[in-house]
Amino acid sequence: MKPKTILLLLATPVVFLGLAACDASKDSGPKVHLLNVSYDPTRELYEDYNTLFAQHWKEQTGETVEIEASHGGSGKQARAIMDGLEGDVATLALAYDTDAIAAETGILPENWQSRLPHNSSPYTSTIVLVVRKGNPKGIRDWPDLIQPGIQVVTPNPKTSGGARWNYLAAWAYAKRAGDGSDGSARDFLRALFKNVPVLDTGARGATTTFAQRKIGDVFLSWENEAFLIEKEFPGETEIVVPSISILAEPAVAVLDKNAEKHGTSQVAQAYLEYLYSPQAQDLIGKHYYRPRSEETAAKYADVFPKLNLVTIDEEFGGWKAAQATHFADGGVFDQIYTP
Amino acid sequence: MSLRPVTSESLPVRIVLIACAVGFLGLFLLVPLGLVFVEALRRGGSVFLAALTDRHALSAIRLTLFAAAIAVPLNTLFGIAAAWLITKFRFKGRTWLLALIDLPFAVSPVIAGLVWALIFGAQGWLGPWLAEHDIRIIFAVPGIVLATLFVTFPFVARELIPVMEMQGTDEEEAALTLGAGGWQIFRRVTLPNIRWGLLYGVLLCNARAMGEFGAVSVVSGHIRGKTNTLPLHIEVLYNEYQFSAAFAAATLLALLALLTLGLKSLLELRLGSHSSIRH
Repeated sequence: MKPKTILLLLATPVVFLGLAACDASKDSGPKVHLLNVSYDPTRELYEDYNTLFAQHWKEQTGETVEIEASHGGSGKQARAIMDGLEGDVATLALAYDTDAIAAETGILPENWQSRLPHNSSPYTSTIVLVVRKGNPKGIRDWPDLIQPGIQVVTPNPKTSGGARWNYLAAWAYAKRAGDGSDGSARDFLRALFKNVPVLDTGARGATTTFAQRKIGDVFLSWENEAFLIEKEFPGETEIVVPSISILAEPAVAVLDKNAEKHGTSQVAQAYLEYLYSPQAQDLIGKHYYRPRSEETAAKYADVFPKLNLVTIDEEFGGWKAAQATHFADGGVFDQIYTP
Repeated sequence: MSLRPVTSESLPVRIVLIACAVGFLGLFLLVPLGLVFVEALRRGGSVFLAALTDRHALSAIRLTLFAAAIAVPLNTLFGIAAAWLITKFRFKGRTWLLALIDLPFAVSPVIAGLVWALIFGAQGWLGPWLAEHDIRIIFAVPGIVLATLFVTFPFVARELIPVMEMQGTDEEEAALTLGAGGWQIFRRVTLPNIRWGLLYGVLLCNARAMGEFGAVSVVSGHIRGKTNTLPLHIEVLYNEYQFSAAFAAATLLALLALLTLGLKSLLELRLGSHSSIRH
């Protein structure tokens, strides 16, 4: 090969680079960009909601808004925001992750949760048990999960919001079932996590582990994710509603400093407020999240089973306390979980 | 009496050995590769095409090409320079430099990604300064390019070093005595000698640059249509139960691999037949 040929070979990627750069700069029209940093199972919901909101915003202001989305385990996403992922809004799985962003970076004020109705959570969900078709292992409620030979799939509470709700729901059951002491609840969770073969980092990873890779007998899952599995893998799974579970309140917040920097404060605020509108609430119900508006909730009443739900505030004294006791380094989860 | 050549085995042994080799190759290379294409086309050609011409898929392809287009030439230049230095000169710290070049091979790609997050993240060393000047490195395109650069760093150098080591410095010295200058020696003597190694290194470097997942995943931020490279886009699709689309995008990477191999064989055949006696 002649040196010229080599130079030519080297030049080709440089030309590519130029083309790519030109191409990339082409799509800069008069648009507003909004980045929504969210958790794993909201992918489908926000994909639809983004279209709905973009229409609404266009009608209201004539402005075209293009919403970008990033999904992953809730804790991981919070970490990314702290490390500089400049989202305009955070729609994470639990308030604690947003609290952590506020405490560590000051991107948003610590009282963020009081800025929107219903603790800033426009939709709720809960934790249910998903089993294989026909329920071959006969799982009816929480105590069945600690039977020997049962494999339980849940993501890792350290990185996944859903997994923390799973853990707390199990704890709420265990506190009522045993002698009411922390010790017996601890033993219950230790036995439960002994039956967990893999800890995925996010809820969606755990879903694919259970539904696609067919690992495990029972899957501790977000209710919305459980419905989604039934839709995506028809006839393969069943939902078992436990005797008690937890009211999961994913909370949404504008990331003030990022939005100010991008000049998107107004549209970011509107993006979250519109989640409470009848149209959005209906979409929320369609995607198997429990709508906050009572009207819409009534419409979907036969979809969502009624069950006994504890709340994080009453049962655990809020997320800060729950996090410190259970999920912090050296907390209860670290003590009971030995892989 | 006929003597059996000592280098050949009896027929059954040969059949078993060949069957083992072919079976292993088939099971671990051909079947998975074939499955990618089968899965991709399961729902028909239109789904396949739609998956590849999707807005987010196109932007992922563009970003992947972009990162490779920067990483490959830079690492090619670096690789030639490093291999030249290491094989043609003896100096203090030479083995140390050699080990350093291998570092990206030795560390896990996740670490490679985290390193950038620690340096350029909002809470990293340079984070506050970058924020002040509104420069975005991680969770943006520059971070992806940096991560790609890091993991593909050793490929060209690693391919060239053994080739250049084997050739020694005789020819260069001869050229020197005939009055050639440094650049002339490199262009007329060294480069023609190493072209195969170089080409192979560049191809491998490119394949890895486009296929890298771990390091890029850490610094990407997974913003669809913006910081998802092709491998990350495949993961997103898979996580959204769009299996056919995920495999359709995967065929691109598989084709890239096949193209890389094909290109290498072709070039060797064509150029090798009339100009090279070495390879």
